[in-house]
Amino acid sequence: MGKPTGFTESGRSAPDRRPAADRKSDYLEFYQPWGEEQAKEQGSRCMDCAVPFCHMGCPLGNVIPEFNHQVYLGDWKGALETLLSTNNFPEFTGRVCPAPCESSCVLSINSDPVTIEYIEKEIVERGYENGWIKPELPAKRTGKKVAVVGSGPSGLAAAQQLNRAGHLVTVIERAGYIGGLLALGIPEFKLEKKVVQRRVDLMAAEGITFLTNTNVGVDFTVEKLLAEFDAICLACGSTEARELDVPGRELDGVHLAMEYLSQQNRVLSGETVSDEDRIEAEGKRVVILGGGDTGADCLGTALRQGAEVVHQLELLAEPPEQRPSNNPWPQWPQVLRSSPAHEEGGIREYSILTKSFSGSNGKLEKLHGVKVEWQPGQDGGRPSMVEIPGSEFEMETELTLLAMGFLHPEPAGMLDQIGVELDGRGNVAIDANRMSSVPGVFVAGDAARGQSLVVWAISEGRETARAMDLFLMGETSLPHSLPEHW
Amino acid sequence: MDPLKELAKKGLYSPEQEHDACGVGVVANIKGQKTHQIIDEGVQVLINLGHRGAAGRDPETGDGAGMLIQMPTKLFGREAAALGLDLPAAGEYGVGMVFMPREVQSECRVLVDKVIEAEGLVVLGWRDVPVDLNKIGVDAREVCPAIAQVFVGMGRGIKDAAHLERKLFIVRKVLEHSAIESGLSDEQANGFYICSMSCNTIVYKGLLMAHQIAEFFLDLQDQDLISAFSLVHSRFSTNTLGSWRLAHPYRYLAHNGEINTLRGNVNWMHAREAQFESALFGDDMSKISPVTNPGDSDTASLDNALELLQMTGRDLDHALLMLIPEAWNQHETMSQEKKDFYEYHSSFMEPWDGPAMIVSSDGKDICALLDRNGLRPFRYLVTNEDKLVMASESGVLEVPPAEVKYKGRLQPGRMFLVSLEEGRIIGDEELKRKLATKNPYGQWLKDNKVTLKDLPKVPEATPIGGAELVQQQQTFGYTIEEIRMLTSVMAENGSEAIGSMGNDAPLAVLSDQNQVLFNYFKQLFAQVTNPPLDAIREELVTSLGTFIGSEQNLFEEIPEHCHQLRLDSPVLSDEELSQIKAIDQGGIRSTTLSALFDREAGEGALKKAIADLRDQATEAIASGTSIIVLSDRGTDNRWAPIPSLLTISAVHHHLIREGTRTKVGLVLETGEPREVHHIALLIGYGAGAVNPYLALATVRDLAERGQINGINPEYAKKNLIKANEKGVLKVMSKMGISTVQSYRGAQIFEAIGLNQDLVDEYFTGTPSRIGGIGLDGIQREASERHELAFGSSHIAAKKDLRMGGAYQWRRGEEHHQWNPESIAKLQYAARHNDWDAYKEFSRISDDETRKLANIRGLLDFKKGLTPVPINEVEPASEIVRRFATGAASLGSISREAHETMAIAMNRMSARSNTGEGGEDHRRYLMDENGDSRSSAIKQIASGRFGVTPNYLINATDLQIKMAQGAKPGEGGQLPGHKVDDYIGWVRKTTPGVELISPPPHHDIYSIEDLAQLIHDLKNINPDARIHVKLVAEVGVGTISAGVAKGHADVVLISGHDGGTGASPESSIKHAGLPWELGVAETQQVLVANGLRSRIVLQTDGQMKTGRDAAIATLLGAEEFGFATSALVVSGCIMLRKCHMNTCSVGIATQDPELRKKFAGKPEHLVSYFTFIAEEMREIMAELGFRTVAEMIGRTDVLDSKSAEDHWKADGLDFARLLHRQESDDPNEPVYCDREQDHGLDKALDHELIAQAQPAINDKRRVEIDLPIHNSNRTVGAMLSGKVAKLYGEDGLPDDTINIKLTGSAGQSLGAFLTRGTSINLLGDANDYMGKGMSGGRIVVRPDPKATFAPEENIIIGNVAMYGATGGDVFISGMAGERFCVRNSGVRTVVEAVGDHGCEYMTGGVAVILGSTGRNFAAGMSGGIAFVYDKDDSFDKSFNDGMADLESVSDPEDISTLKELIENHKKYTGSTPATEILADWDAAVKRFKKIMPRDYRRVLEERKLNGEGTERELEAVGNG
Repeated sequence: MGKPTGFTESGRSAPDRRPAADRKSDYLEFYQPWGEEQAKEQGSRCMDCAVPFCHMGCPLGNVIPEFNHQVYLGDWKGALETLLSTNNFPEFTGRVCPAPCESSCVLSINSDPVTIEYIEKEIVERGYENGWIKPELPAKRTGKKVAVVGSGPSGLAAAQQLNRAGHLVTVIERAGYIGGLLALGIPEFKLEKKVVQRRVDLMAAEGITFLTNTNVGVDFTVEKLLAEFDAICLACGSTEARELDVPGRELDGVHLAMEYLSQQNRVLSGETVSDEDRIEAEGKRVVILGGGDTGADCLGTALRQGAEVVHQLELLAEPPEQRPSNNPWPQWPQVLRSSPAHEEGGIREYSILTKSFSGSNGKLEKLHGVKVEWQPGQDGGRPSMVEIPGSEFEMETELTLLAMGFLHPEPAGMLDQIGVELDGRGNVAIDANRMSSVPGVFVAGDAARGQSLVVWAISEGRETARAMDLFLMGETSLPHSLPEHW
Repeated sequence: MDPLKELAKKGLYSPEQEHDACGVGVVANIKGQKTHQIIDEGVQVLINLGHRGAAGRDPETGDGAGMLIQMPTKLFGREAAALGLDLPAAGEYGVGMVFMPREVQSECRVLVDKVIEAEGLVVLGWRDVPVDLNKIGVDAREVCPAIAQVFVGMGRGIKDAAHLERKLFIVRKVLEHSAIESGLSDEQANGFYICSMSCNTIVYKGLLMAHQIAEFFLDLQDQDLISAFSLVHSRFSTNTLGSWRLAHPYRYLAHNGEINTLRGNVNWMHAREAQFESALFGDDMSKISPVTNPGDSDTASLDNALELLQMTGRDLDHALLMLIPEAWNQHETMSQEKKDFYEYHSSFMEPWDGPAMIVSSDGKDICALLDRNGLRPFRYLVTNEDKLVMASESGVLEVPPAEVKYKGRLQPGRMFLVSLEEGRIIGDEELKRKLATKNPYGQWLKDNKVTLKDLPKVPEATPIGGAELVQQQQTFGYTIEEIRMLTSVMAENGSEAIGSMGNDAPLAVLSDQNQVLFNYFKQLFAQVTNPPLDAIREELVTSLGTFIGSEQNLFEEIPEHCHQLRLDSPVLSDEELSQIKAIDQGGIRSTTLSALFDREAGEGALKKAIADLRDQATEAIASGTSIIVLSDRGTDNRWAPIPSLLTISAVHHHLIREGTRTKVGLVLETGEPREVHHIALLIGYGAGAVNPYLALATVRDLAERGQINGINPEYAKKNLIKANEKGVLKVMSKMGISTVQSYRGAQIFEAIGLNQDLVDEYFTGTPSRIGGIGLDGIQREASERHELAFGSSHIAAKKDLRMGGAYQWRRGEEHHQWNPESIAKLQYAARHNDWDAYKEFSRISDDETRKLANIRGLLDFKKGLTPVPINEVEPASEIVRRFATGAASLGSISREAHETMAIAMNRMSARSNTGEGGEDHRRYLMDENGDSRSSAIKQIASGRFGVTPNYLINATDLQIKMAQGAKPGEGGQLPGHKVDDYIGWVRKTTPGVELISPPPHHDIYSIEDLAQLIHDLKNINPDARIHVKLVAEVGVGTISAGVAKGHADVVLISGHDGGTGASPESSIKHAGLPWELGVAETQQVLVANGLRSRIVLQTDGQMKTGRDAAIATLLGAEEFGFATSALVVSGCIMLRKCHMNTCSVGIATQDPELRKKFAGKPEHLVSYFTFIAEEMREIMAELGFRTVAEMIGRTDVLDSKSAEDHWKADGLDFARLLHRQESDDPNEPVYCDREQDHGLDKALDHELIAQAQPAINDKRRVEIDLPIHNSNRTVGAMLSGKVAKLYGEDGLPDDTINIKLTGSAGQSLGAFLTRGTSINLLGDANDYMGKGMSGGRIVVRPDPKATFAPEENIIIGNVAMYGATGGDVFISGMAGERFCVRNSGVRTVVEAVGDHGCEYMTGGVAVILGSTGRNFAAGMSGGIAFVYDKDDSFDKSFNDGMADLESVSDPEDISTLKELIENHKKYTGSTPATEILADWDAAVKRFKKIMPRDYRRVLEERKLNGEGTERELEAVGNG
């Protein structure tokens, strides 16, 4: 309930960020800790809406008014219980989620939304500090064995839920780290890897087995997988990146964003990378193609590595700062989003099409682009793009990172060997019970949904775990999670 | 066949819901002298009460009139001789007045003869009663029975007249019970009816209008027909197809009122029958049962009970006081012996509770009595010639003023007896003293009564906590939401939680979520035919106390009766329950029975468990237990609790059937109930007391964990109990019930979603009209809860409670029609005028298959009808005229939101509604751009805020709000902080002062009162349609028929689910029914009664789409209201915080900062309503209708679709809902096509207006002098309307129109009087004088020829100056009850007042120069009263809830007071005023000033802030 008049008394106030200059010199998180009073005050701004749009806006269905109220009352333990009832990993979403809940917060109609995400992070961190978050072992084991392939957020969520239902869970990960994009994709300054490890350790203590460096279809045969487990959850993500098919793509210095980001994370974890393989931005003119979150992650990383200048180029037009009238609350706002990395430096440009790269000695030197104009589509159709004659330009660059999104899971290897059917977009096709065309093989996360947010991944993992439990036992007490099930 | 009988079989009509009200009168010679003149005068009284009766579609067929008189032995002597019969001496024979269906007349006579002989009496012969059939209406003639009198002589063995009388009673009973067996059909048996059979009295009655009675019954014109009294009655019933037998008087009484607790009273009487024993009857006793006949009216049943008590040896007055006791337990001044008398009798007879004005006679005494609330008027006068004239109104018989000895009125709870033998009137004090000292009741109580305080303390059960607590909560279905939103609020505040914005969740039977059994029941509430009560401001009439234990033979006066446990409250703490479980005191012993079932036993387990429980109860009683505790403690992984409501009701009905129910008290120890509705249901189905142990444990646990705002565990438990007690009182008072004892077992509920077999077996007599689940379904839901708590073979028990989502939308929980998707879509569509987006919204909204949120979701349009081209369907611009927005008041919503709706609706020629809060008169002027901000519909609600003549004439529709969907039967409160300067100015009240709207309209306690208010409003604004707003519940169709007969132009049936105002959550959720049922029932009943063509049927309640409106049309509605959706279009996002003033979108708030955030535009509303109309056109085209009119009531194009994917909805049966009632008269369409005849042509105001032309046209002074009679009602209103039309708020200069009237004025004298008019009445006036007056002056004093002292005589009736906003009133004499109720501006002087004086007053000045009744100043939040307290006793009559008593010392006060008294003397020549002024300095010290605390605070604040006069305030408002 918060405080009935809270929102009229206090404005929105987020935790302080460390100064941008400080941040650039290390890879630590950029938020300063929040005092309890400040958290309570922010909790008091919640209006306890009878129709909480935030709760709808959250892909997990986090019961936001309840925990806001509990925080306002100082009932942190109760708030933690509320939060964990829908979200397995609030320590991740509390840091990296773009917070669709806040965009749909009723206060945001004519004021600033409640600081839901920071409150979430506060709750879970206090939970850890106070030792309230402990391994939760199932009351009884069912004797069923399940495998989860892929250890990203959806795989982990599915694993935890399945384990709680009493099944013996093995998580199989081809990389050397558990966490998928959490571990390798998202930069340390957004999500310190000890936060991920803390959760993985807990899950191991709950009885979940983790196999790393195990690539199904290569190191671990599909036959074995299908034979050893009563049910399988494929949570292998949408890892096939969107490519840029232009002349010069092959030049040294043009890299996929994920190559760049994951390497930096490995290095920070203490791995050594040969100079030859090392992608570094220090002293370079860096161009990032793609205006999304991954692009911003590259930007922050490049700045930390000491890039001379960073350009972030986006094909689409610059979004407006305010919601246009045809995109009203509570829809997801198509507005200009700036991540903290943007405060630290870099230049953003919009409506730019990359035509080619050029260089010498196989090394990248220039990007050749053109400005485009977006024209509204006919009868509500898609807008179309027209190159602006005479606007061609060149940009000097030694390092260009392609952050243009992902297409679908990699079809070759495991998927192909298991024989699951794919849908029209190249994702694994599933039925209403989240099962693929192969009986007993279920799918969770981006592998089914296509590239999406961490919060969706967790929701997917929870939902798939429920479906698997139902499949294995004939009934289930695991809750639904995805909104389409309400 | 009678269309109503047919309808009762096929449709939604239920005859038990018929109501009536009436005018009652008595003319008597106190000395017992018999004359025929008494008869003539009785007839005259009836005629002068004519306006209190009603007629149906045949204007010459009345609802019934009748007369009870002494046995006319002179006439019968003569007649018998003519017939050759040999009559014995008077007193030695009896006469039966018999109605017989014509076609079986001879069979009936044979039967009567046979029974008389069989009972040992002698048939002396028959006389056909001479009647003139030409003098009655066509409809009445058609069903007129053969009417004959049978003369019965004493047989051998009859000792005396009293014995004969008892035998005649047996004969009548046997005849009543044997009609069917003798071979008569049901209908014939119903027509075979004995009006009276006695040697002392006789009843002449029938389906007559008042004036027809003497013309029809020729006996009544016969000079040989003489009696010392005539007791007359004229009826106003809700149905039109009246019946001869339903006319009053019955054998002993005539009744104006209604017994609200009838179902319980009848059940309890039935339960007692097995124990009946009387030496006077011996073996004949068994012939008396059943005491009441199934299906009889409330009055008939009461008459039966009174007759029984009398026949078995009690006096008339004693018996009446047992049935209708006054409010005694909180009476400050009542003697102990009287209290003992009442307490003793309450141990074996529950009050027959409800508004009742009873006049009864056994031929020797005439006894009159008014119930505890006194909500029916009863005035009398006694002449110097010992004549008594007593009636619902004063002035019903012309009596020369000089002959009047005194004038009085019957007061609440008081009694009055005319002893014809003693030749005198015996007053209340003497009567009751005699009764109270008849036996040593006090001693009996002392020796026998047991209270909890008398019992030893017993250790209570160990409290539940931790994981076990959660498990128990799961077992009983608790949710996190309930605990947060309801339980902890009760534990913190000791009162119920408040919510807003109605209920948009599914009915229990349509819900996907687990539902507790309580949710299948809806509370019934009073509307129109009886008033709800105010359990807060009028707490003194209520009582929570009950006896539990074993009752004795009803007919004996023995000490053992009160050897029972007396409880102060029906809600027990754990300690108290432990005491009861351990009780062993003389004959009081308790047994605890376990109310659990074996979940593992599968199908049929619940049924078996109940059967076992019933057997155990029977055994316990047989072994001498007097209290059975039914307990659901002890659940484990196998044993699940039986739903507590099922437990109590199943056992209760079993014991009634068995005849042992009154041998035992039933107490529930249950974990299930946790909110008010639950406790109310348990009591309503028979529980004597309830210990909600788990709810108590829950709040204790919360408090211990510091979750209840610092409240400690003990207080939390106490608060929870207190909140439930207060809540139960509130639920009872919605129905007008005052005592828990009467409420117990009264079953004031309707079931929805339970099948008939289940109801018949376990909830016998409860209406349930669309079928639903049975016992298996209940078991399934109970098992689900238990499984959640204890787990199954595979799944472990759940750790946490369910989130719950009944009050607030939550993902995965209860479906809500307003959810993020539907709100966002609707707002987008309306703001962007986007038809596709609207269609998307309506698709979501209509997506019935998945969500089944309401009944219409289960209805479908038939396929395969012949469509018409859409361009032939009437245009949207026509259809939108049928639309209205909801009645949200300015005050509940912001000025911006209110005016936006008005502008939008006016642009479409549709209608917006002021709500209850007046309207800024500047809105009556057009805006520059041609917009009008004047709401077409002006509402008249119980608070009457801002209801001025100017308000009333600036309306196209005047809506009387009888009930509202969110909280039917309740009043409202606008907290002081919401009454800013502007709101206060518009409402004519003081800004900052809390405003209370009483639960009832204080000028509508019955249907004839409603007709009177309709008449008042029509007088002031003859062009406006008069609406009556009702809420759907069983019987609403019947009430609508009464409303139509009361000449309303529109009846609005609101659904339970709508409503935007703040209300207790239990009212939002649990009172009222969906409009689908209400509309269908209303349409069916109106058509069957031939009334549909004269009244428009409107409906509202969560309507959103064209489909909703189309279905409403097909069910019978022709106009539609949209409240919530209109607010959503204006920006509402369903915070449901309207009651907190924190609406973040500037709608339901008065906070200036938040109001700035209002973003609604009239265009948005216009788009939305146009979309609805266009969508409706699409549907009309598809179904083949070109106009809305031809579509109304066409249920034949609707199908109910099967709800295959929903296990619960499977059992629903919509046949009754979809019954198409067709008109049997080609001139009577099934929609409204004509105007009501309001009878305005008879108004005296036509004469006043004619004579006042110089004043009206030129403001020239006029003097008018006219006689007046009680039939001249609403005098001055039409004149005021004319003045207001020309001169607006200001009226005319003072004393421009001067009206002198002589005689007895009818109801509503000076209603809505405007400034500039003075009425000077010589004589007396009836109820509602000066209601709504806004200026002018009324002076009332007795006729100069009168010899009585005015200050000791009643001069004006009840409820004077109700809702008045200005003017001066001087009354030389006494006033009745509720003087100055909700006055906000009148300054008045009167010489004495009755109970509840200055109730809810918010402004003005009242000076009382004499005594006041009880409960003075209850709910008074503003204005000042001065009471001349001669003997310093006023504090006992004063309700200090909101005001303080002070001496008069402030010079300003002294000068105001003196000036008013001087004026009083000047205008009336009053003796008290003269005396007081003569001794002013001493007298002023004896005055008490009554000062509302809130009012003083605001005045002081204002002084401090240097704020000035009201004038300046207005300027603030104008800014």
